Amino acid sequence: MTARFPVPKLAPGAAAKLVSRRAGPETQRALGFPGELVADWETAAISAMREVVAERGGLRLFLDACMKCGACTDKCHYFLGTGDPKNMPVARQDLFRDVYRRYHTLSGRLVPWLVGAKKLTPDMLEDWYAYFHQCSQCRRCAVYCPVGIDTAEFAMAAREVMDRIGIGQHYTNDVVEKAARLGNNLGMPGPALADTLAGLEEDLLEETGAAVRLPLDDRGADLLLVTPSADFFAEPHVDGLIGYAKVFHQAGLRWTLSTHASEAANFALFMGSREHMAALARRIVEAARELGVSRIVFGECGHAWRVGHNHLEALAGPLDFLSRGRVEHVVEVTDELIRRAALALDPAANDHRRVTYHDSCNIARASRLGDVPGGQFLVPRRVLRAVCNHYVEMARNTTREATFCCGAGGGLLADDLIELRTRGAAPRMEAFRAAEVTHLAAMCAICKSQLARVFPEYGFDRDQVISVHHLVGDAIVLGARS
Amino acid sequence: MAIVVDTDVLETDPEGYLVRIEDWSPDVAEAMALADGCELTDAHWQVIDFLRGYYAEYGFAPAVRILTRAVARRLGPDKGNSRYLYRLFPDGPARQACRYAGLPKPTGCI
Repeated sequence: MTARFPVPKLAPGAAAKLVSRRAGPETQRALGFPGELVADWETAAISAMREVVAERGGLRLFLDACMKCGACTDKCHYFLGTGDPKNMPVARQDLFRDVYRRYHTLSGRLVPWLVGAKKLTPDMLEDWYAYFHQCSQCRRCAVYCPVGIDTAEFAMAAREVMDRIGIGQHYTNDVVEKAARLGNNLGMPGPALADTLAGLEEDLLEETGAAVRLPLDDRGADLLLVTPSADFFAEPHVDGLIGYAKVFHQAGLRWTLSTHASEAANFALFMGSREHMAALARRIVEAARELGVSRIVFGECGHAWRVGHNHLEALAGPLDFLSRGRVEHVVEVTDELIRRAALALDPAANDHRRVTYHDSCNIARASRLGDVPGGQFLVPRRVLRAVCNHYVEMARNTTREATFCCGAGGGLLADDLIELRTRGAAPRMEAFRAAEVTHLAAMCAICKSQLARVFPEYGFDRDQVISVHHLVGDAIVLGARS
Repeated sequence: MAIVVDTDVLETDPEGYLVRIEDWSPDVAEAMALADGCELTDAHWQVIDFLRGYYAEYGFAPAVRILTRAVARRLGPDKGNSRYLYRLFPDGPARQACRYAGLPKPTGCI
């Protein structure tokens, strides 16, 4: 089954006003950036541009490789949702490429009008801020580009250049600053976390009669779970956390959460800042060493897994203390337990649900699960089929490597971007509608929050978004280990 | 940004959350609700009071599940769920009820 997404009528400037609020001077300074736009911003930006391009081999290649074939133009959910031609991936890249060419290539310096090179004017800077914060860094366009150009790399580089001249986005930068200072994106203090977990344990005991634990800072644990803090705080996330706890309980694993690393997410990835990414990543490894665990398991979060799986060793390694030689994802742990029949499951517990699976961008297109190519598509589906009798796929050009972003990845889950988010969710909403199911299962905190928020706009109920491990948790027969 | 309550001009952030929690009074919540075209009932106040009490103890707004448990205990299981809370606060208990209660907005992937 293939879904059709007609190319919208072009609406130049339609998304120009959908601009996310800028970070305040205190946040910017706390992150080591200038508090506000520096006086000589043009010169500073040009030199920052040279540095960020020099640090990124892929980006250097992408600057030269585009042949303007047009294959990417209708692949971006924000273009499909807004019709604004600057949301075509190639046009978004060109905002950066044309300026780079003007200052850092011979032809651009000598004959800019012949090669489409453009100056970094105040108007151009406005466009940069608006449209590089209308890219959710989902990489769908890169799948369709014949040479694999990844627009996310442009968005990350441009955001880093802007941060260095004093312009940051409030939503992302505020979270990075908070996570570095307090240990999680929410800013939730340790005692509140402990109280929350104790409450969940009580609920579980009441509901199931089983003493399922959610331990915090347990020094005897073998396994550290790091998870997005939304799992502690929000719905539908928390039922996923309960699902992990049931899995670990049933498998007899000694596990713990950590106050110090009470966040798996790493929003610094969205900023393009390796330095801040490393600072957040180090907290996880510090906690693991401090607690003396031999396994680090990531909860349901897309970009956290990308950073954990692809970069944790380089950012905060060595990870030689891990018994498996690498970090693991909770869905891999569950999958392995199911495959060796270590969990007693009753999929009929989910018979009142018809379920489809939304591949999250950063898991689908930027990382791997399991030990075979394409494992990131296979493993979650294998788990879902084991715990649900009614599992249905959405249209093939909206799943796996072709998955559509939820509409709010890459630091765009900001309330002030709700119109962009709603419009950008359109392709996913249409595919969900066509699948004729009751629930959409997701494995990323951003996807869950975003989809629960926009579902009502499309006539669905927010409760129709569900965590993968909520379905797992409901199917687990507690006490009856096989 | 600011909100005017009686004759006091109270500073808010661009999304309407009080900058200083000590500026809060019940009139602030009423004024915010009025601006949203919503009238606060006892049901709203039960939630707002719980949020403020929890915040006073933990320096943080309660997780949604903590809030629903508390509501369930006080008002019965049919109201101890987020569906009930969303009916009261359509923009979500974390956002709208925290704003009325004078608490900072929870951030992150929520």
